[in-house]
Amino acid sequence: MTKMISIKDFAFSRRQLLRGAGALVVSAAAPIALTKKARAQAAAFGSAVKPPLIPDQLDSFIAITADGRVTAFFGKMDMGQGVDVAISQIVAEELDVKFERVTTQMGDTATSVNQGGASSSNAVQNGGKALRMIAAEARRVLVEEAAKRLGADVADLVVDDGVVSVKGAPAKKISYAEILQGRYFNHKLNWNKRYGNALHAEGKAKPKKPSEYKVVGQTFPRSDVPGKVFGTTAMITDVRLPGMLHGRVIHPEKAGAAPKGYDAASIRHIKGARVVHQKGFIGVVANTEWDAVKAAQELKVQWTDGGKPFVDQKTLYDHIRKAKVVAEKTDTREGDVEAALKGAAKVVKAEYEWPFQSHASMGPACAIVDADPKNPVVYTGSQKPHYTAEGVASILKLKKDAVRGVWVPGPGCYGRNDAGDAAAQAALLSKAVGKPVRVQGMRHEGIAWDPKGPASVHMARGGIDANGNIIAYEFISKGFDRLNVNSNESNPAHNLAGQQIGAKIRPGLIFRSPEDIYVFPARKLGWQVIPPFIERYSPLRTSHLRDPLGPQIQFACEQFLDELAEAAGMDPVAFRLKYLVSQRDKDVVKAAAEAAGWQTRVGPRKDQNGKATVAGRGISYALRNGTRVSVAADVEVDKPSGKVWVRRLTVAHDCGLIVNPGTLRTVLEGNVVMATSRSMLEEVMFEPDRVTSVDWSTYPILETPDAPEEVKVVLLNRPESPATGAGEAATRPVSAAIANAIYDATGVRIRRGPMTPDRIKAAVS
Amino acid sequence: MAAPKRIKLNVDGKPYSITADPEMPLLYALRNDIGLDNPHFGCGLAQCGACTVHVNGAATRSCSLPVGEAAGKKVVTLAGLGTPEKPHPVQKAFVDEQVPQCGYCVNGWIMTAAELLAKNPKADDKQIRDGLAGLKCRCGTHMAIIRAVKRAAKEMAS
Repeated sequence: MTKMISIKDFAFSRRQLLRGAGALVVSAAAPIALTKKARAQAAAFGSAVKPPLIPDQLDSFIAITADGRVTAFFGKMDMGQGVDVAISQIVAEELDVKFERVTTQMGDTATSVNQGGASSSNAVQNGGKALRMIAAEARRVLVEEAAKRLGADVADLVVDDGVVSVKGAPAKKISYAEILQGRYFNHKLNWNKRYGNALHAEGKAKPKKPSEYKVVGQTFPRSDVPGKVFGTTAMITDVRLPGMLHGRVIHPEKAGAAPKGYDAASIRHIKGARVVHQKGFIGVVANTEWDAVKAAQELKVQWTDGGKPFVDQKTLYDHIRKAKVVAEKTDTREGDVEAALKGAAKVVKAEYEWPFQSHASMGPACAIVDADPKNPVVYTGSQKPHYTAEGVASILKLKKDAVRGVWVPGPGCYGRNDAGDAAAQAALLSKAVGKPVRVQGMRHEGIAWDPKGPASVHMARGGIDANGNIIAYEFISKGFDRLNVNSNESNPAHNLAGQQIGAKIRPGLIFRSPEDIYVFPARKLGWQVIPPFIERYSPLRTSHLRDPLGPQIQFACEQFLDELAEAAGMDPVAFRLKYLVSQRDKDVVKAAAEAAGWQTRVGPRKDQNGKATVAGRGISYALRNGTRVSVAADVEVDKPSGKVWVRRLTVAHDCGLIVNPGTLRTVLEGNVVMATSRSMLEEVMFEPDRVTSVDWSTYPILETPDAPEEVKVVLLNRPESPATGAGEAATRPVSAAIANAIYDATGVRIRRGPMTPDRIKAAVS
Repeated sequence: MAAPKRIKLNVDGKPYSITADPEMPLLYALRNDIGLDNPHFGCGLAQCGACTVHVNGAATRSCSLPVGEAAGKKVVTLAGLGTPEKPHPVQKAFVDEQVPQCGYCVNGWIMTAAELLAKNPKADDKQIRDGLAGLKCRCGTHMAIIRAVKRAAKEMAS
């Protein structure tokens, strides 16, 4: 018998660690020998004894308490799309316990390994795949142990809600809880030695076949909804530490400016308020939040002249077209596009433009850091607390894994928003004042100073032969890098405060091509990246925003597809079905068209002449990391005002195996409504020396009067195909579906986003 | 900043006495002096509604109401509107329709919808949409919000 550790009470708080001692019964593996480092780590996090939290331990992912509750420890985050419930379903399914027994805990570096945080909607796709295998392995070792205890063959045992019994002799039984008695599994997994999104671990067990599923595929309500509706769960903004002070960061009015100095007397009337100024960073710390707000407003700062780092916004797209290319790639090259275009009977060309967009999260980011080297911790609403903690460690000049990161639900990030910046700011301030510091931004920090989705231009050409076949297709995007700031927040170069104290941006120099799904004989799909306006500390630095580059690329390529279809004398749906290859792709397009009541047509509707309000319908399709979505939009265009009402969106969605259909529907609604907002309204405004979108009046988003009358969702379940992501894919086809519908209604192509009333009015008059 | 003053507040039916700058927005008093965290700071500009509370029955953006002006008035927060045991019909409907995603804004929608239905229990689709104008939700839960408010209206009518 080897040593084991019992588990108590952790379900009450993710902050409580596994502790205690006992004897191992499940496997005969060697005792857990805590390394010096692990021991130090455990001590630092306030736990006397803790098994090593590494991915080759089953205990790093699953625990079963003495009363039979199951906890899954998940190294990804739920931003309100029910990821934790999906993971609980998967774990309950493989373990053969009731769903209600399982809780999924996320986002604490002390209790979960780094599975990449929220990332590209792959929580179920990647993280769920691992948890499925690990839960199956947990069941396997428990049933093997039960076989020994019951003196039966494994093959003769059945499991019902965590009770293992002998087939035909139900009195011969033992529960998981009785086997484990609150102790750790201490069972090794085969871990691929990777962290982050690529992390995978499994044992010898084979998971269930989808045809056997009872829990996966059913609707269970989200775990977080009641707490949010009744306000009984704390959000990141509600975290308060003993002795905590309040911080605010001060940004220059003009982009590119840096603080030269400040007048301490200007805030002397605010008792306890003090300034923290380090190189390009300046902030205030005060005893109360209101004092910090006032101090940040009233502190007189002398700034350097930042010059005029941006261009006149009217010339943004000319700037992009003419800017030097710092990185480029052709992702698809098939046949000879140039030669095919030369030989074409008809050549179609079009260019499309998309602006910078803001994450514009509901609340400006908040973080709380205690820089105390004895117990450093960051509370964050970031999507990636494991990396956030590493980034804070770097700012605090501590070892990479020295800081505990605790995720607390906050305003939805939808990509790399300002949350990671707040963590670094709180770290700098806490280190400077030697106390825990809470930082929350003001509204302009969530819109003017968050990292932006990049602006871009998209150039498309197509060649059609005499028989109306597409023989050549070229699609090249040129725009700002998608990753001036990486979503992984572990390096100071990837947050504002880090850049302010000297780190230069480390651009990813990457864009994206459309998915190569329409098989034209000759085709070229590629991209070009241009330099940022400012090398560090820029309010127009770029990062991932929900479905990075999806809305802009699809706005262009799926509109261009309609342009090609019309030139070829074809109906947009028939055209897509002709050139798509995969049956799953085609099925989704068909499903959307059918549910929308698609009427076959070539070119725009011609029966609305003389009407002020005209109606139109458009369709679009997208593939994203295995998930297929087609959206049909019905719009009404008021020509005199240019106002467009996206009246109905019909969404056909195939993300493989559906884990939780009820939650999937609301997630898809959220996707397409947010995408409608981005398509119709959202554009970061700027002048040559500053960003002028600073609040909700200068960066409006969709409100209820303009929300669709109906979002119709058609789910295509593919139990035989692995589950893929649902958090972003439906965002992708919306912009083009709306643009194609506007064209159907008006006969006018809108090739610049967003499709604001001014733009539509100018285009249709 | 004005000199701190003693201010008496009535929040969720309980009396509180705080010492604060009377120009400080009510939001900061609720969150930091009284410890009622459900009104959230979203913009500080009365543009999003995340901070909404009822002041003498009217949905009010607490980020823009000086705390001094709330003295002597009845302030109700989300916690005072209903509880899991005794939910307000709007809260019940928001749970039934699984409305919030990130949940940061949901306080504003519930408080505003509760006032809307109190004034106009028979609000139709357009009145609900228009009555909720000015509130923001970044997660795009608009469809579920509208469903939930209609559901609450129905329940309140029955």
